[in-house]
Amino acid sequence: MERPLVEVDRISVVLGGRPILREVSLDIQPGEIFGIIGGSGSGKSVLLRTILGLTPRVSGSINVLGTSIDASEEDWRRTQRQTGVLFQQGGLFSSLSVKENVQVPMRELCNLPNRIIDEVAATKLAMVGLNASDALKFPSELSGGMAKRVALARALSLDPEIVFLDEPTSGLDPIASGAFDDLILTLRNSLGFTVFMITHDITSLKTVCDRAAILSKGQVIACDEVSALSGSSDPEVRSFFHRRSDRSSASPETH
Amino acid sequence: MTKVSRGTLVVEINGQSGADSPSPLTFLASGPWTLAELPDLAALNPLPATVQKITIDARQITAMDTFGAQCLALAVRDLKASGRITDVTGLAERFQKLYSYIVSVAPAGHAPDFHANKRNLVEQVQSAARKAGEEVMSFLTVLGRLVQALINVVKTPRTFRLTSLVHQLDRTGLQAIPIITLITVLIGSIIAQQGFFHFRKFGADEYVVDMVGILVLREIGVLIVAIMVAGRSGSAYTAELGSMKLRDEIDALSTMGLDPVHVLALPRVLALVIALPLLTFLGSIAALFGGVLTGWLYGNMHPDVFITRLKDAISLTHFEVGMIKAPFMALLIGTVACAEGLKASGSSESVGRQTTSSVVKSIFAVIVLDGLFAVFFASIGM
Repeated sequence: MERPLVEVDRISVVLGGRPILREVSLDIQPGEIFGIIGGSGSGKSVLLRTILGLTPRVSGSINVLGTSIDASEEDWRRTQRQTGVLFQQGGLFSSLSVKENVQVPMRELCNLPNRIIDEVAATKLAMVGLNASDALKFPSELSGGMAKRVALARALSLDPEIVFLDEPTSGLDPIASGAFDDLILTLRNSLGFTVFMITHDITSLKTVCDRAAILSKGQVIACDEVSALSGSSDPEVRSFFHRRSDRSSASPETH
Repeated sequence: MTKVSRGTLVVEINGQSGADSPSPLTFLASGPWTLAELPDLAALNPLPATVQKITIDARQITAMDTFGAQCLALAVRDLKASGRITDVTGLAERFQKLYSYIVSVAPAGHAPDFHANKRNLVEQVQSAARKAGEEVMSFLTVLGRLVQALINVVKTPRTFRLTSLVHQLDRTGLQAIPIITLITVLIGSIIAQQGFFHFRKFGADEYVVDMVGILVLREIGVLIVAIMVAGRSGSAYTAELGSMKLRDEIDALSTMGLDPVHVLALPRVLALVIALPLLTFLGSIAALFGGVLTGWLYGNMHPDVFITRLKDAISLTHFEVGMIKAPFMALLIGTVACAEGLKASGSSESVGRQTTSSVVKSIFAVIVLDGLFAVFFASIGM
């Protein structure tokens, strides 16, 4: 088996004196779509932020693309350039247009001719299903689903090896979130990157992910293939999976 | 073959096909076609018009990402656009999928850059005038809504937000005292120093007291304090309201049936209207103190002498003229700050822009208002 793209080994995080993550360990294999699922406050986002080096950890080690998070700043920066992140709120630069947002990594980190930057940005926007007239809009003029698409295009702009998605479908209606799931699958199959995604949407997890881990109260209580998880006999995993999936299929999220 | 460090695209020179022959031309693409090692497409142009059929031999491409695929797609598109028959052959199967995907999604041409239309002078003047008109209208609208909110408060005092008012008074009044005092003491000292330096030539030392007293009480005290408050509190108001606008907090208030002007702007503006006269009083006294200090240390004038002379030089009228202006200036600063804040939209950049414009406009307006008051008081003989 190849070396995992992301190795998380027994990391613990304490914020404001409260333990958020306790000895969490995960491995993400090249090419897979790995999902993290858990209720609100289970530490999903903190886990992602810790892996990205945005939140300090108390103990444990993290390796991304073979580089330790404790490596020199320069090495870590270089690693970060091979990763893409879609933040929950999009994290789009509000003073730049959609096109400029997608071009930022290319302009800032690479020495590319303008024509290539323009063309590649247009292609990436087309990949996520946006057309040329959207490219000149500003983030404040976008709908929630479009903003997520732009953020995905920006995350993919440098052909990252691994893409981190923080709740890619949150705040989208069921149809839009289904479309977004399909988009992630299509792009993964065409471009062959690895995905690490956080979600609280069981439907989305079942559609997209190959493997998943369930996070509860800062601990991984199960980590397996999605099919194995949903067929698990463990009462905790079962209750989690089925209760939530029933709710999400029985009633649309809007009330 | 030598190790290729970059992706390349070169004309394959073989037996009979020179660059000027009408026969098919083959380009050899080789090396890694990736982000870091993008090939130079310079070989593609200029091509002699006689070349009608082109084959790009991609067998030797060793790596490809979306940038490389886009590059190849661009090369093919350019060649086809010039009316030549173009083929890509031998692309490894693992790249073929990516390449076809890119070709299928890439738009035929990217959107042209947005260039601001060049307008002629008349149109520029027109739009500037329209903008100025809109500025005045937005100021008057907010002022009107403030007055309306005030009337509502008078009718139903229960709805008034006293806590907010006290909080704003603390921020704009109490917390401004140290800096306002410091600056006005310095201004008073400087005026007195200049007075002593120049008046001494005429032996008119004691008229320095008249100058400091009248200037400070009538004009400088209130003006300096108003400018300080515009920069200190007006900017804060605009930035606060602007970022609340961006985060939909203002809209949230409206949908709850609350009037944002009543909830947010009225306590802020009222706090300024109360705080500015108090700060003006403090500032004027501090400036006089600065004058006394300079007279004592620099002008050889004992404080007792200064104060006795001051009693003769100034009257209550001078003091009143200064103080009457203060609440009007406060109303101006507060209204401009709130109007600008509520105009923020879109990006965080716009909050910065509105804040700048709020400070510039309120300082300008304060000085104009001061001039109008000077004319008014002169004509009624105060």
